Amino acid sequence: MDGVSAPDLSFAALAPLLFVFGAAAVGVLVEAFAPRAVRHPVQVAIALTGAVGAFVSTLLLAGTREVTAAGALAVDGVALFLQGTIAVLGALSVLLFSERALDPARSAFVAVASVPAGSVRDRELATDERVQTEVYPLASFALGGMMLFTAANDLLVMFVALEVLSLPLYLMSGLARRRRLLSQEAAVKYFLLGAFASAFFLYGLALVYGATGSVRLSAIREAAVVDGGDTLLVLGLGLLVVGLMFKASVAPFHTWTPDVYQGAPTAVTAFMAAATKVAAFGAVLRLLYVAFGTAEWTWRPLVYALAITSMVVGAVLGLTQTDVKRMLAYSSIAHAGFLLTGVIGLGADGSGPGLAATMFYLLAYGLTTLGAFGLVTLVRSGEGEATHLSQWAGLAQRSPVVAALMALFLFALAGIPLTSGFTGKFAVFRAAIETGAWPLAVVALVTSAIAAFFYLRIIVLMYFSEPVPDGPTVGVPGLPTTIVLAVTAAATLVLGVLPGSVLDLADSAAVLVG
Amino acid sequence: MTITNYLVLAAILFTIGAVGVLVRRNAIVVFMCIELMLNSVNLTLITFARASGTVDGQVIALFVMVVAAAEVVVGLAIIMSIYRTRRSASVDDVNLLKY
Repeated sequence: MDGVSAPDLSFAALAPLLFVFGAAAVGVLVEAFAPRAVRHPVQVAIALTGAVGAFVSTLLLAGTREVTAAGALAVDGVALFLQGTIAVLGALSVLLFSERALDPARSAFVAVASVPAGSVRDRELATDERVQTEVYPLASFALGGMMLFTAANDLLVMFVALEVLSLPLYLMSGLARRRRLLSQEAAVKYFLLGAFASAFFLYGLALVYGATGSVRLSAIREAAVVDGGDTLLVLGLGLLVVGLMFKASVAPFHTWTPDVYQGAPTAVTAFMAAATKVAAFGAVLRLLYVAFGTAEWTWRPLVYALAITSMVVGAVLGLTQTDVKRMLAYSSIAHAGFLLTGVIGLGADGSGPGLAATMFYLLAYGLTTLGAFGLVTLVRSGEGEATHLSQWAGLAQRSPVVAALMALFLFALAGIPLTSGFTGKFAVFRAAIETGAWPLAVVALVTSAIAAFFYLRIIVLMYFSEPVPDGPTVGVPGLPTTIVLAVTAAATLVLGVLPGSVLDLADSAAVLVG
Repeated sequence: MTITNYLVLAAILFTIGAVGVLVRRNAIVVFMCIELMLNSVNLTLITFARASGTVDGQVIALFVMVVAAAEVVVGLAIIMSIYRTRRSASVDDVNLLKY
């Protein structure tokens, strides 16, 4: 040992992370010291500054390809593209959180989370205009964890990022103002299952460390070339994949998804559904391609089976749902399967078109899902959001605009041409076929058709059913939600009609270093 | 004593933890089983560090402890808030969300 030397840190390359984590730290201080009256606008401004600053810095960093922080972080095309995507989704989610026009109590978040649900004090506070502002720093921390997750070049950093993104999300799922018991239940389930899954990830990390003597992805890659069939290494890879697939809500590790999506406040669900998926797939791509790219035969059959399971489970169980949020949860499981077809399309040594296709799909899916959940917050009955499907009957007569937007998002999720969903699906299926995985593409097409049924069922319900007499009202959104809906709808259309420039961007960014 | 014994012990502890998560009904006990899984991972890491003569494994074990501590804070806060409402920490009672 020749003393301790300072690690090389490229602060410029870390700018996106520094922005978001900085915003989170400042947010905590504001929470502690700012007077209650100014806290809400200040917190929103800080969280937005962090996310927008991170997005701008990913744009400025475009073209950077370096490994920094003593080899622990890889700032490359994939990391920057996905960090930019996550930052945009994060900024839009913060806008959804800050909506104050919809709920009569002026916020979708509980006034004081520590008061027992249903107690006298809780009923007093339910109509109070006090709002919880912890959600903004929590969201910034989660955002930072997600962005770190996509750039982790080291299994330990990947694990820490996984926890940094998960812990705030567990808390945020429990913060709903209405239906607090459901929300708390969602938080308990998410926490226990999430901690269970991260224990598996960690055991995988330990076994891979034992097999290769390092947790650095590049070192694992070198060891896998020499001894890819080592039992410890393969076992470790399997456990790591379990941990990551849980976060990406891939069947059969999806059981938490519908419950948590339904119970969590809808704005938080939107954030979770859109941004977590991007982050988790960023880590999956990096793990499978950078660390195990040379031992491809070890994970290819596994991912193949997971993709088929996820597509079939998501599409078939989605058919039986009667709640909009649960239906979107099963749709997210099916889409995780479609994304895995893109991962398979990486091909041998990652030369296939799957990488760019998966990145484009993540961007398109994230924006569409965010918009769809944003619309769910608008349809309300007396006790909060009306999420039961029967309540959506005849919605087009009450509000043509909301019904038209929902139809657009559902078309995109179903993959109808001229929407972003079609472009994304076309790209990942083509990638799978070009790398010889055509049976997977056939399954994907069949399950797309099955899934299209339940999306179209909602559209039929909205347009061709008589409205129920005591049906829900459609709230008039304030500026934040309007911006979110406008941006996501525009993106869904533009990425469907003129996807060329973004596809080129994804192509040129499809470089992993490590 | 060979290092294999330590690895086998850690694997047994991890399995006990995993089975415990699946069969126990009290949220606190489930959570303790998860902590058992994390600690068995620490044992594995330290054994491998000893076997390979590097300190990486020991450093990772420290990180795991810090993360586990943060997880305890968040987890107990969530379990506590639901216990105060329902006067029960049984995961079987947590059944409002299904299908």
